[in-house]
Formats: sequence, structure tokens, C-alpha cells
Amino acid sequence: MGKTTTSASFATGLAQAGHRTAVVDFDVGLRNLDLIMGVERRVVYDFVNVIHGDASLKQALIKDKRVDGLYILPASQTRDKDALSHEGVGRVLSELAAEFDYVICDSPAGIERGALMAAYFADEAIVVTNPEVSSVRDSDRILGILASKTQRAERGDSPMPGRLLLTRYAPARVIKGEMLSVDDVLEILAIDMLGVIPESLSVLNASNAGLPVILDDDSDAGQAYQDAVARFLGDERPHRFMSVPKKGLLERLLGG
Amino acid sequence: MTAEVRTLAALEFKGRMITVTVLRVLEPTLSVLARDLDRRLAEAPELLRGLPTLLDLDAVSASLDSLDICGLVRLLLERGITPIGVRSPSAQMSALAKKGGLLAITSDGTDVIRRFAESKVQMTAAPVTPAKSPALLITHPVRSGQQVYAPEGDLIITSSVSAGAEILADGHVHVYGPLRGRVMAGLRGDTSARIFALHLDPELVAIAGNYRISEYIEDRERGDNMQVYLHGESLKIEKIKS
Repeated sequence: MGKTTTSASFATGLAQAGHRTAVVDFDVGLRNLDLIMGVERRVVYDFVNVIHGDASLKQALIKDKRVDGLYILPASQTRDKDALSHEGVGRVLSELAAEFDYVICDSPAGIERGALMAAYFADEAIVVTNPEVSSVRDSDRILGILASKTQRAERGDSPMPGRLLLTRYAPARVIKGEMLSVDDVLEILAIDMLGVIPESLSVLNASNAGLPVILDDDSDAGQAYQDAVARFLGDERPHRFMSVPKKGLLERLLGG
Repeated sequence: MTAEVRTLAALEFKGRMITVTVLRVLEPTLSVLARDLDRRLAEAPELLRGLPTLLDLDAVSASLDSLDICGLVRLLLERGITPIGVRSPSAQMSALAKKGGLLAITSDGTDVIRRFAESKVQMTAAPVTPAKSPALLITHPVRSGQQVYAPEGDLIITSSVSAGAEILADGHVHVYGPLRGRVMAGLRGDTSARIFALHLDPELVAIAGNYRISEYIEDRERGDNMQVYLHGESLKIEKIKS
């Protein structure tokens, strides 16, 4: 659905903007973030090792070679999600928070332990949704959990700010009625929108190449992520990629 | 008519608290009292001037016969003290007060003060524990998987209710937003309970146990400004007539 792609691109974008950023893979047992970030061959220790005290945070964090100030804390492939103890996750995250400007928690799908732990200590949420009924329904469920089962909610603080990132958006399919429109999704979820990422082959290509798509300046998805990060940091940018691009004369003649 | 109004306006009753001085008479002999009073007034001549004063005769209750009440009143008035009555009098003292042209004051006003104080307590206590409305107000979206129940009252939601959410009330349900989840009013059998929604597109509606699932809710029963109520044993879903 795009959560790991988004986490990778978002962390990269924040680091590019000069903020020290760590991105943590909470998908224990599956391990995807290091692949998408292109650091899978440099993993020595992982998140679970740090929680158990087998390794220090310093040992486990992988420094990104492309962008300064960007670090990756990979998930373990050999453990399961029960290894994420409440105290352990809290301790590691507060250690990270002391050292970094932003800590991105890449949540696994579903509402199991990994997802709950990723959300529990968060200050802010970015909800990644596809324009499909089932995906939007799941996001609504997650928003409910963010509002009730997080540290902020338990302390009675103000509700966690949550913003929507709509990925794999294909305006042409929206027109055909095969996909929910941005307005439909916003109406159902009733939250602010951070951005729309168009359905794009460049996302797949970038993932396979181990390159966060935000670094692909030529791709529409990469530009859309750059916009979203800028909006997250307080810039006002108009939303793009929400309508079908007009075809040139040649394309129309060729039926492309 | 006008005359009557004017007659009414010529009088006005108002409750007021005033401070009175209580003068305890410890000696029935006028000459002794006069001498003592003069000495006291010499120290503070203006202290008691014009002050309404109540006489407390308890200390001389055994020798009331030898007390010249008229002489005492005159003595006080001459010195600028205004006796108005006798405080908490016995029957004999009341007679004496009457003889001296004084009032027999049975109530010293403390009960008034108490009543006043009690009402004040209620007033100041009110903001601390405000009367709780039995209605439950929810201002945030009710999301898929969440359940909100308003026991013994109405449920008011000023946001949206998502598909997969469930809202329940013993009373009415009001939703000022889209209602897409399951909704039950009159949960404990109130057949007069209703459901109101700014936009109704529910998965299930129920009132007092009578329910209808989405499959049996027609398109014309979905839309803006809808209400659901029980007519006999059948649920009616219709537009709110304005």
C-alpha cells in the first residue's frame, strides 16, 4: 500500500532539508525498509537486538550514504513481533528522540503489535491510504486507534494530529469510477491531507533499485513526495497530480 | 387604574441586614447605669450615637420589678442611643418592653443569616459540581471499530460516524455529520427514541430492538436531514420536514 515507500522517501526528504532523521522499521519478521533504502547488505544489528540490549543504538543504526544526517534502524527478520516490548520500544525511541530531529516509525500493515507499538509513542501520524474502499476503511480503523490507544490518548493530551497521504492515485481510473476520488476519501476520513502520490512505475523501479523514490527528481511520484515533505515542514504548496494530464497532439494521434 | 398603580408603587418591601448593638444591662438601678454609661461615652462619645440598640435584660431577669424601663429608655435617648427593642424576651420582659414603647425581638436574625448563607453556599457550590447533563456529547469522529454508548440519555455527535463504527444510546441519537455506521437508539426499550442525522447512510438502524440492516434500507431512505422513528413495530426512515 506504500507505507514503507513513504517512510523511506519521507525520511530522506526530511534529511535533505537538513534535519537529522532516523527511520525505524517496525515490521519485525518481514524487513522491507532496508531493501527500499538500499542498505540491506550493511545490516549487522537490528531493532530487536537494541531492545534486548545485545547491541547499542550506535552499533545498529545504519548511516545512509546518499543523504547526510539520515540513519536507518532495520527490523529483525528472525524474530516475531512479540519481541517488541512496550518498555523496550519506549526506551529506544526516547534515545532516538534525544539525538534526532525526526524519528519516522515505519508501521507494518494491520492492527497487530508492530503497528500498535509504532503508533503508541508517536507525536504525529501520517496515514497512508490507497483510494480503495477497503484501504480507506482500514485507515479509519487506524485513526480510531490513534485517537484512543496511544500514549497521547492515555495521558489525556490533545489528540494526535493525523494527516492523510493518498498513494497510488490514478486520476484516469477515478474518472472511470474504478477508484475513490480524493474528495471521497477525505469525506470518509475527515482529516487533513498532506499529499497525493500518483500511481507510477517509477515507484516500483526505485524500490527495486534500493533508492527512495523522492531522490528521483524526474518522476511524478518523487516530486509528489518532495511536495508532501515540504508541506509537512510548513510550506504551502498546491496539490498536484490530482487530475488526468492533458495529452499532447502527437500522443493523441498515436493513441498513447 | 393609574391611582392603583401609584398606590402599589408607594410601597416597596426589601430585605436588609442591619447591624444593631446589643446593650447588656447588668444592673437595674438607673443612677448606677447612668453613671457607668456616662463614663463609657466619655471615652468614645461618638461610638454609639444613633446606633439602633437592642437591650439584653437577661442579667437582670431576677430584678426586673425594680427596673424602670421608661426611665432607662429616656436615659439612653438623652445620650444619643436609640433603643429599638428587647432581645429574646421572657413574658415578663415582653410586657416591660411594651410598657417602654420597645419591640420584643424574638428572632435575632441568625436564622435569616443561616438561610442566606445556605443559599449562598448553593450558589458558590454550583460551578464546582455542575449538574451533569445525561446526554453524551462527542465532538470527534467515531471511527471504524469504535463504539460509543450514552447510557440513560441522548447521544449527540458533532462529527462523522464511519462505516464499521457503532453508536448506541438509551435515549435519542443526534449526528451532525455523516452517519455511516451502526446506530441504535432506545437501547433499553424506549420506543419513543429517535435517530437524527445530517446525512444518513447507515449499516444498521435500530430503535428499542426493532432493527433494519443496510440491505433493507432503500436509496430514498438515505440522504441528508433524515430521521428514524418507530411507528408501531415498523421503523420509519424519512426526511425531517422543515
